[in-house]
Amino acid sequence: MSITTKDATAGTARRAPDGRGLRERLGGPAVFCAVAVLALVAAPLLLEPFRLNLLAKYLVYAIVALGIGLAWGQGGMLTLGQGVFFGLGGYSMGMHLKLTEAQGGLPDFMVWSGVEELPALWVPFADPVFALATAVLAPVALAALLGTLIFRQRVRGAYFAILTQALAAAFAILLVGRQGLTGGTNGLTNFFELFGHDLASDSTQRGLYLVVAVVLGLLYLGARHLVNSRFGRLLVAVRDGEDRVRFLGYDPATVKTVTFAISAGMAGLAGALFVPVVGIISPALLGVVPSLELVVAVAVGGRYALAGAVLGAVVMGYAQTAFSERFADGWLYLQGALFILVMTLAPRGIAGLLSRRRA
Amino acid sequence: MTDALLEIRGLRAVFDGFAALDGVDLTVEEGELRFLIGPNGAGKTTLIDVITGLTRPAAGTVRFAGTDLVGRREHEIVRLGVGRTFQTAVVFEELTVVENLDLAASFRRPLWRLLRRRRGVDDAVREALAVTGLTELAERPARVLSHGQRQWLEIGMLLVQRPRLLLLDEPVAGMSRDERARTGELLTEIARGHTVVVVEHDMEFLRRYASRVTVLHEGRVLTEGSVDEVRADPRVQAVYLGGTREEAGDAVG
Repeated sequence: MSITTKDATAGTARRAPDGRGLRERLGGPAVFCAVAVLALVAAPLLLEPFRLNLLAKYLVYAIVALGIGLAWGQGGMLTLGQGVFFGLGGYSMGMHLKLTEAQGGLPDFMVWSGVEELPALWVPFADPVFALATAVLAPVALAALLGTLIFRQRVRGAYFAILTQALAAAFAILLVGRQGLTGGTNGLTNFFELFGHDLASDSTQRGLYLVVAVVLGLLYLGARHLVNSRFGRLLVAVRDGEDRVRFLGYDPATVKTVTFAISAGMAGLAGALFVPVVGIISPALLGVVPSLELVVAVAVGGRYALAGAVLGAVVMGYAQTAFSERFADGWLYLQGALFILVMTLAPRGIAGLLSRRRA
Repeated sequence: MTDALLEIRGLRAVFDGFAALDGVDLTVEEGELRFLIGPNGAGKTTLIDVITGLTRPAAGTVRFAGTDLVGRREHEIVRLGVGRTFQTAVVFEELTVVENLDLAASFRRPLWRLLRRRRGVDDAVREALAVTGLTELAERPARVLSHGQRQWLEIGMLLVQRPRLLLLDEPVAGMSRDERARTGELLTEIARGHTVVVVEHDMEFLRRYASRVTVLHEGRVLTEGSVDEVRADPRVQAVYLGGTREEAGDAVG
């Protein structure tokens, strides 16, 4: 999908008044519709439940990747801590599911840890609306707070990356340390039903897959609209010349904070979807390593194109499964090698290679 | 006494013990075209940096249209109506020329109104394209522009913001003869409707387009007057003779 802003130089073809050639205008929607049909009709019909469930997991990661593409690719904020927001979403949903299962009692792991009364923090999560809202709004609020504090101080580049990574590390440690409250290293697992549906049944999983795919599609369209809006142009301007933007009368800190908060909200929603799809949320799923892996996936897919970010998450997710099935430990090395290869040879990733071919 | 548009009093700026500005007083009236000259290190760019909020002064006041600018953040000062360009023009390379201008023109819109896609080209943007001679290049990314075209685009980005005061930092530095002439015309045209302060090194350019000149030297105002008065001033000649040969020749020649 040629949603990069860069291929405006692609040709001398006759251009529409808004500067985009006809093929460019129709090519994107055509590809999007084809992918949508493939994802919503073909995949549920053709894939066996196990594979469909895996695809759902990749698409969940693609939602996080979309947010990274927005923050990093468009806004230049290399966020290495999306796991924190993903985790806030995941734990919100996990807490809700545990409480449903406990049916007014205590979740199983609390009983094992010797907790006797439900912690106050858990109480409101019995309400599904509260849990879902918190899954999105807590990450948005945290990112908005962080952004307000650090972007105003003009923390950026590598310092921002390090800061977010430290946050991911700290968050994982915090979760492990509060065993009775969070389930510790094991996290929250053993979920059996979601809003009254049996999570083990194929039809529930197929429904979940469709929900994930539709959410991803809608978020993609929203993000694309954002990128093409004036705000999107402003975001690219902030990425390429933050100091210059100030002298146009804009406050870059606001632009970055808003974008960072949007990407955090996406990660939070992804976390909430991840829990019923995969059946667990634990510190190992949201610490430094998973946060980094998604950034690598976005780089491989192509960070300057939103579609590249989505593609990267799906491709890398699939590659990880396929590769790990044959060589258990080799994936880490392959992943590292791929990352280096892409960064040195094709900084625009797979999407960059594709759009160059089209041009 | 009528209020001047820009009133600077006793301005000091110190870097590591070195006073780049050492008590500058400067008054610019509404509608004026003022040139700021001086040898390297005289404090010309520092003065612009302080006015626009990039550098904090150690002492002194900057009043613009009755408002104190010292301590305000850069984008707030822009919103009050002070625009500037930089010695090396900074435009957004990944955006097209028209997008650069449109972004500049939209700065007073609230953020939520930026969430809409741009449809067509605003009149102000269209006008700026025409004035800067960039209409043909409107849909091209700014990275393909030549050095001169970048400067014009930057000036265009200032114009669409309708500032009350324009500060241009060496607009013709590194330009070819033709480009200088075109920039000069552009400047004359802009000066008709705006208050403009131009920092310039180029003496030929100064002779041709300047009316009122302020000479800075070692962080102070050395003298002020018409081009001829300033050139005839022996102190100015001495200062420039202390500079590079070329500048000295230009200043007295």
